[in-house]
Amino acid sequence: MKFRGRVWKFGPDIDTDRIIPARYLNTSDPAELAKHCMEDADPEFVAKMRPGDIILADKNFGCGSSREHAPIAIKAAGVSCVIARSFARIFYRNAFNMGLPIFECPEAFDGIEEGDEVEVDAGTGRIRNLTRGTEFRAAPIPPFMQELIADGGLMAHIAKRAGKG
Amino acid sequence: MTITEKILAAHAGLDRVEPGQIVSVKVDVALGNDITAPIAIREFRRIGAERVFDRSRVVLVPDHFAPNKDIASAEQCKVLREFAREQDLDHYFETGEMGVEHALLPEQGIVVPGDVVIGADSHTCTYGALGAFSTGVGSTDLAAAMVTGEAWFKVPESIKFVYRGELPPWVEGKDLILYTIGLIGVDGALYRAMEFTGPVIERLGMDDRLTMANMAIEAGGKNGIIAPDATTRAYVEGRAKRPPVYYRSDPDARYAEVIEIDVGRIRPQVAFPHLPSNTRAIDDVGEVPIDQVVIGSCTNGRIEDLRRAARVLREQRVAKYVRCIVIPATQEIYRQAMREGLLEVFLDAGCAVSTPTCGPCLGGHMGILAKGERAVATTNRNFVGRMGHPESEVYLASPSVAAASAVKGRIASPEEVVA
Repeated sequence: MKFRGRVWKFGPDIDTDRIIPARYLNTSDPAELAKHCMEDADPEFVAKMRPGDIILADKNFGCGSSREHAPIAIKAAGVSCVIARSFARIFYRNAFNMGLPIFECPEAFDGIEEGDEVEVDAGTGRIRNLTRGTEFRAAPIPPFMQELIADGGLMAHIAKRAGKG
Repeated sequence: MTITEKILAAHAGLDRVEPGQIVSVKVDVALGNDITAPIAIREFRRIGAERVFDRSRVVLVPDHFAPNKDIASAEQCKVLREFAREQDLDHYFETGEMGVEHALLPEQGIVVPGDVVIGADSHTCTYGALGAFSTGVGSTDLAAAMVTGEAWFKVPESIKFVYRGELPPWVEGKDLILYTIGLIGVDGALYRAMEFTGPVIERLGMDDRLTMANMAIEAGGKNGIIAPDATTRAYVEGRAKRPPVYYRSDPDARYAEVIEIDVGRIRPQVAFPHLPSNTRAIDDVGEVPIDQVVIGSCTNGRIEDLRRAARVLREQRVAKYVRCIVIPATQEIYRQAMREGLLEVFLDAGCAVSTPTCGPCLGGHMGILAKGERAVATTNRNFVGRMGHPESEVYLASPSVAAASAVKGRIASPEEVVA
């Protein structure tokens, strides 16, 4: 699977309150959450981005609360994937569990500018900067996580194991 | 092995585990609240699950936007209530019994030493103070555990923090953990266990230990943990609903890092906006006028915290045009504060005293900040917009510093108020 889109860049330590502020957490409706995606990091983000676009962040993306509303809001807004220098652990886990593709790649943050057109190959972890003709390699996804993705997320994985899926 | 490795090994049915190893473990308690459980319940139903794995081990606490702050929040709490009734859960806490989850579960003996606990709330790491492996997860992980009674983990490497020296006056558990986060940064313990040790920790009371473990997540930690000792046993006795198991790290346990901290020179700490690692000693704060003080939360809403706040506020008045909101974290703490006359001290000083709720900590209700306003809070996060308007500010501090700031109307040391 390949993702292709324009890149929106964010700085270090983007917490989940900036990704989806708690004032909107009185619902878990993805469409409603999508309207406020990244609102306290960039209030114009939802208006500016197009479906398929990519978020590129510095270190520790998604730190703070465990709210799964954060990856839900990003996915429902139409962001195809997130690349970061590193991810906070609960966000990393949540993204795999609910099916938001994420890629850890320190070099990509330094070698891609906002607005660049980027293509990510989920299978190989190859990140191509089409605007500048450069290429990066994301950290490999651990085998157990690959199994989760192949099954369609954590719930599908356990349903399959229980013989219900 | 470290205490974290021992608990994970025991729950995975293995003799030993190594950092980096992926293990599937039995969970003793799986917790959700009114923000996170509705998504977990939706996922639970989506795969056609019918019963939770154990009705005494799935715990639901509507505490974030409860008592219901608006219609949408009321609907979310209703999802929990109906699920608890349908599954006949032992531990569902209605408003009136409800407390802030991470104060409530240890107090009620629902979590015990040696447990593996997962909670769809990042501050689930609090229970490490009892010598349990305890960590925050998302709603889907909670849903999976509600069905299977299991969760998967990568065994974390551990960082050992050794605290030595004499605690100076007015330096509390909150100051120790803020100082530690300031030292290593908000991702300084990313994916790792934070093991708090040393003579200072051994002398620390349980409420201070709970405060320290609570904020492990603010350094990116997977869990915070303190080896059980006589203090732990005394706390657990008479509360534990299941038999505790006491683990300790082996003398030859391996650590990714050992960090020694001499507490003798630590001063009360304040974390400036907008990261918990942005700490300064109280002496370096300067003139910071404030609009609000919040004393409460899963970090600092316990009885010892209220005693400290009352010690500063006794026979004082909250500064004019400042709101000071005190939120005992559970009904038992509320009642105890009433017995000890602490509530009267707060009322005499001009504080508002609230029923238990997470409320303002995450910008929910019961004390939201307007544009440009500043609060000193005993809570755990000072992110952009955390307590209200995106252009408001939160400064994190101990109950004593928060109370002194309420009196002075600016960030202040308790030394300025109490002789």
